[in-house]
Amino acid sequence: MSEHDAPVPFRAGGFLPREHPLAGAATLIALLLLWQAGASLGWFSTAFLSTPIGIARALISLAASGELWVNLAASLQRLAIGWVVGTLGGLAVGVAVGLFTLARSPGMALVSALFPIPKIALVPLFIIWFGIGEGSKDVTLAFGVFFPTVINTMAGIDAVPRALIRMGQSFGLGRWAILRKIVLPGALPAILAGFRITTSTAIILLVAAEMIGAQHGIGAFVLEAGNLYDIDNLMAGIVLLSVIGLCTSWLIGRVERALLGWR
Amino acid sequence: MTPDASALRLEARGIHHAFGDLVVLDGIDLDVPAGEVLVLVGPSGCGKSTLLSILGGMLKPDGGQARMRGAVAADCLNALTYVFQDFSLLPWRSVAGNISLVLEGTRLSAAERQRRIADMLALTGLSAFADAWPRQLSGGMRQRVGIARALAVNPAVLLMDEPLSALDAQTRALLLDELAAIIARAGVTVVYVTHNLSEAALLGHQIVVLSRRPGRVREILRIDRPLGERRASDPDLLSIEERLWALIRDDAAEADREIEHV
Ligand SMILES: Nc1ncnc2c1ncn2[C@@H]1O[C@H](COP(=O)(O)OP(=O)(O)OP(=O)(O)O)[C@@H](O)[C@H]1O
Ligand SMILES: [Mg+2]
Repeated sequence: MSEHDAPVPFRAGGFLPREHPLAGAATLIALLLLWQAGASLGWFSTAFLSTPIGIARALISLAASGELWVNLAASLQRLAIGWVVGTLGGLAVGVAVGLFTLARSPGMALVSALFPIPKIALVPLFIIWFGIGEGSKDVTLAFGVFFPTVINTMAGIDAVPRALIRMGQSFGLGRWAILRKIVLPGALPAILAGFRITTSTAIILLVAAEMIGAQHGIGAFVLEAGNLYDIDNLMAGIVLLSVIGLCTSWLIGRVERALLGWR
Repeated sequence: MTPDASALRLEARGIHHAFGDLVVLDGIDLDVPAGEVLVLVGPSGCGKSTLLSILGGMLKPDGGQARMRGAVAADCLNALTYVFQDFSLLPWRSVAGNISLVLEGTRLSAAERQRRIADMLALTGLSAFADAWPRQLSGGMRQRVGIARALAVNPAVLLMDEPLSALDAQTRALLLDELAAIIARAGVTVVYVTHNLSEAALLGHQIVVLSRRPGRVREILRIDRPLGERRASDPDLLSIEERLWALIRDDAAEADREIEHV
């Protein structure tokens, strides 16, 4: 037995990390400054690693010459077409697989068989089938976006509580109304989460397809700069790609906030 | 009652149902006269929810039939209407939107729809919460939405599966009073499942006690006093509660004895 005569100690501290946006920004800025200082002080050779100022200069001159916009436009167009086509197809098949017995097993068999193929390996095949032009690139992106969209849509529909669907039926709602007002809104969180995956998949495939055979586009530009040992332009291209990635994820965040306010 | 009120009676004839090898309902015969409340009580798992699903056409019985007979009012949009134990509200629709759901796509004009939604919100005391999301509401308020949604279609029959069991005791008592008033006023036919024997005595014209599985009708008690004149403390209601409790307890005791013999 032990005697006690003390205040009860507080034991529930920690395990509660908080966000400090300023600290995040400060970290990035400090890193950039360190990077620039390192190059200016000669810690590493700028032949192998560009500097923040070098990248900024490259971007400015690319913008001035118009080369930036040509490449950016080519890439964004492919990204938009490929992603939209793949997403629409994926949504349609995902809804069918999620709802209809007739579509479920055949659809799942197809998806399971084709999903694991590394889509980059298909680029040469698609070039043979659809030509070296835009067709092969759009198809590559659409194909890569299609499968994760099917899987996420189906999982989202499976996760809609059956009780809600039965509720709709018990009030005499029609099939179409149940799909539109209960099933799809219920699956929306999963579908939007899938968009985060498919946009980054699309950017990876975009670069790959552009590197294998394209005149314009950021992928082609990066490859060319690499061949010329033009490290400033090469890294400017990489920065552009990460900016595209940031923009799409920001956009999806906005859409999520607008559509999923009820959560 | 207005001349245009529904007067629909519900009948169960020889209803039999099994899930696989598990016989859940065995020869259920019931009559719910128009405008009366039938309360179903019985041990957990005896098939009350199953029976309610069959009565509302949400489950096909293996045998027997549920029938409805009588007149349905012209402005009734959904004759057999459920109030769910778990509320079953769409989380992505506001309170008003959840009520609107069951009025959209009907013959009501947009203006009539808005009016009905406003009426139902007023009736259930939810007018201030029309634009709130379900997650922002307490359990009691969520079930009010469920009730408002059910009443919005002007049902002929209300099918309620333990509508108050997810609520705390105080909220349940308050909402029960309101529910009794609404039922008495609306003159709908009601089938009400509950484990709460005082709810049964306060609401039921008939109280049907089901036996443990396979569910059979063990006993039917009648209370003819109008709902509006009943108080939880009335001696006759208390004695009915005791009688119900004795019936259910005997059943449980029998089950225990059977288990000992196994
Ligand atoms: N869809 C189903 N598939 C298989 N078995 C089921 C199904 N629904 C119910 N059961 C079984 O049927 C029996 C009766 O279930 P039911 O939900 O009707 O009981 P209940 O009387 O409503 O019980 P409680 O009072 O606990 O709500 C239970 O043993 C349950 O496990
Ligand atoms: Mg039940």
